[in-house]
Amino acid sequence: MEELSRILTQAAGELIAPTTAAYVLAAIGLNLHFGYTGLLNMGQAGFMLLGAYGFGISTIAGAPLWLALIVALVASILFALILGMPTLKLRGDYLAIVTIAAAEIVRMLGRSSGLAEWTGGQAGLRGNEFKDTFAALSPLPDGRTAIGPFEYLNNGSDSWWVRLVGWSLVALALVFVWLLTRSPWGRLLKGVREDEDAVRALGKNVYAIKMQALILGGVFGSLGGVLYVLPRAIQPDGMARSMTFFVWTVLLLGGAATLFGPVLGAMLFWAVFMLLRAGLREGMAGTLAPTQVENIGGLVVGLALMLLVIFRPQGILGNKKELAFDAR
Amino acid sequence: MPDETTENTVTTENTVTEVTEPASTVEALDAVGRSDSAAARAAEHVLAAVEPKVGVSKPDTILMADGVQRRFGGMTAVDVEHLEVQRGVITALIGPNGAGKTTFFNLLTGFDKPNQGTWSFEGRSLAGTSAAKMARNGMVRTFQLTKALSRLTVMQNMLLAAMDNPGENLFGSLVRPLWSGTEKRNTEKALEILSRFKLDTKKDDFAGSLSGGQRKLLEMARALMTDPTMIMLDEPMAGVNPALVQSLLHHIQALRDEGMTVLFVEHDMHAVRHISDWVVVMAEGRIVAEGPPQSVMQDQAVIDAYLGAHHDTDLGDDSLLDPAVLARLEAEEEKR
Repeated sequence: MEELSRILTQAAGELIAPTTAAYVLAAIGLNLHFGYTGLLNMGQAGFMLLGAYGFGISTIAGAPLWLALIVALVASILFALILGMPTLKLRGDYLAIVTIAAAEIVRMLGRSSGLAEWTGGQAGLRGNEFKDTFAALSPLPDGRTAIGPFEYLNNGSDSWWVRLVGWSLVALALVFVWLLTRSPWGRLLKGVREDEDAVRALGKNVYAIKMQALILGGVFGSLGGVLYVLPRAIQPDGMARSMTFFVWTVLLLGGAATLFGPVLGAMLFWAVFMLLRAGLREGMAGTLAPTQVENIGGLVVGLALMLLVIFRPQGILGNKKELAFDAR
Repeated sequence: MPDETTENTVTTENTVTEVTEPASTVEALDAVGRSDSAAARAAEHVLAAVEPKVGVSKPDTILMADGVQRRFGGMTAVDVEHLEVQRGVITALIGPNGAGKTTFFNLLTGFDKPNQGTWSFEGRSLAGTSAAKMARNGMVRTFQLTKALSRLTVMQNMLLAAMDNPGENLFGSLVRPLWSGTEKRNTEKALEILSRFKLDTKKDDFAGSLSGGQRKLLEMARALMTDPTMIMLDEPMAGVNPALVQSLLHHIQALRDEGMTVLFVEHDMHAVRHISDWVVVMAEGRIVAEGPPQSVMQDQAVIDAYLGAHHDTDLGDDSLLDPAVLARLEAEEEKR
């Protein structure tokens, strides 16, 4: 019984975990790409990793927090420009191929020994090296605080402070996206998603619209990346393809092209994922090694993603009617 | 009484589309074959003075193409030596399948780039101009396969087409007061256009839920939101329910009557004869004839293009066995 309540508390803790907030931000970015504009970005993890590196490396080099954040954002903007310039004039599939490859390139470069001086190579950058400027900003007193079943340190890695900042960022991002998507600009994005030739024929610069969406979504991905590494280290292999697919699962679970889809999707995804893994660890303690549990967890996520796309492509919050006309 | 019943049946056929239109107009259109507006008469008058031959110069040219060629590998899809389109009239571009009509259309509207040639719109050269720029210059097009933005509502489709909306700027979009006024004006304008096309009751429906004919109407209505000076329609009648065709033809004539220039690609000769003021005929990538609809249909080159040069030769005719006759026919074919 005690085990069960521990597992449940652990799963519930995922609802407000910094990682969940980071995934919400990344999924909001992907939502701008795919949900609203129809851009197939298969390399959101690349944007996240680049944001993390931009933040970490510049902080270690002595940059203050605001500058490190700007470096992270500029890195993702440049990345989006480089990816978008050759591909956004082509059909959508090309962007998918290029983004998945580019994200891998970022990861490979990050873990290569040639750049180890800055990126720490395969081992990555330890959290203590780059999170001081962020931690120093905390107004919270030291110590622990318990709210309901959740008890965390006020300051430090896995702390209330990271949660507070993370979810505030999510709230700001939601307001921002809400403002954007209710506007004529948001309507343009949807128009491009539906048929870019039609939008082009009406005198709109489709290339510019797609580029703006790609950059903006990438910036959210980069912010998510920074938030993701604040409670941990920057490890390139921890932010690989599977991360991209987790973000996709989060988005499709919650519902693409909906405002709260990424939030609901991320909360549900991580809570269930934790429940599954913790349950397997406890229940099958004798038969399964911890790495096997992780592998089974990943397998189930893949299966869930497939079932989701087949049986409920609109996600939880999506509009079934809106999807019914999709002849593609 | 019996008379009234007949009258009623006639009207019901057109109720869907022609509610406010008196049945007499439709009948007149059917009987005469052409609308009799002032603009129609003016167009006829002006074009009567133009000699019906290929590449002829028009008194008031809005669109001009010169030496435009488009090749796909070894095949020359379009090879237009010279074409001028008269302002304020309905010009039809016809021709058999594979004549290069749609390709030529795509070249003119910036959706494809020719291998060589110059073309201009209102005196401005269009070489290297993007499709979006063309539309902003006042030349808007529709598509053969309708491109209604399915998962947007009819009203959103309309509003999206309006030009110069400050809310379409990424940063401007965040500040509602910057664009709410424009949006309101555009909505009023959209409603007015939609009601003309009898789509106002559908304004909150997803465009994907409209019928094929309604989508054609929506596409035309949407094009009007851009305030075009010239409107290019790619097969406006394709896939349209016959009951809607009459209404569609009427709408196209209304565009001209409002002073717009219309160029449309069409297969349906009936429609072409009904509404066009000038007909351009393409075959095998070239323009083989142009002229007013009544006379161009009689043109030998047109009949040849559509039916083949020797369509009336009896293949069972014994004279075909004579080498001399065959040689003569072949020589004719060469010359053509």
